[in-house]
Amino acid sequence: MIFQILVAACAIAGASFMALAGLGILRMPDLFTRMHASTKGASLGVALLLLAVALAFQDISVATKALLTTAFIFLTAPVAAHMIGRAAYAKNIPLWKNSVIDEARGKIETAVPQSSQTENETRPELSDAPPDSSQARRGDND
Amino acid sequence: MTSLISISTTIAIIILVIGMVFAFIRLIRGPSLPDRVVALDVIATMAVGALSLVSIQTGQQILLDVALSIALITFLGTVALSMSLEKGVFK
Repeated sequence: MIFQILVAACAIAGASFMALAGLGILRMPDLFTRMHASTKGASLGVALLLLAVALAFQDISVATKALLTTAFIFLTAPVAAHMIGRAAYAKNIPLWKNSVIDEARGKIETAVPQSSQTENETRPELSDAPPDSSQARRGDND
Repeated sequence: MTSLISISTTIAIIILVIGMVFAFIRLIRGPSLPDRVVALDVIATMAVGALSLVSIQTGQQILLDVALSIALITFLGTVALSMSLEKGVFK
């Protein structure tokens, strides 16, 4: 009985986390914030769902497989997100216009060389002006 | 009390499909290719979760192997797409 309640709670919590990851990937304003939503939310969600599987079957082989899948996703999701983010930054994918810091500036080679570009030319979102709250803050990148 | 697990997994699958629809909208709308790659990555992770839920519901342990294979293959696909993106295969 207690296991069934745990399985139900883990399944619904994990599915909710993954739905929130989907909502984040739909509503976040630029690629990098979308990756922030999707990677963490989806990893935690799939970990909870596989925990639900391990609790539901109560079998050592199933639990091993669930643990293996969880460990694999926890190992590979940051690597994949890092590679996509690096490639996107190198391709001059614009940041959100209200971003306050760009720590990778000058550290990652971009398609347009940064020595030949003036300040805020290819990344106009990084102006020093305070964010204009009168404009729409969401969906300016679609 | 098997019905508790059955009902909760059905609700979880419905919630998961809603999230998958959100990610699919981003996959269609995505203004750049990396957005679509991220959306595909999330959809594949959601497929892993949905397969594990279906394996709870039906009692088929073999679906976990399918989930593990999908997790492996989607990592390969994401890495390949981002590497070719960085090398400039796509515009």
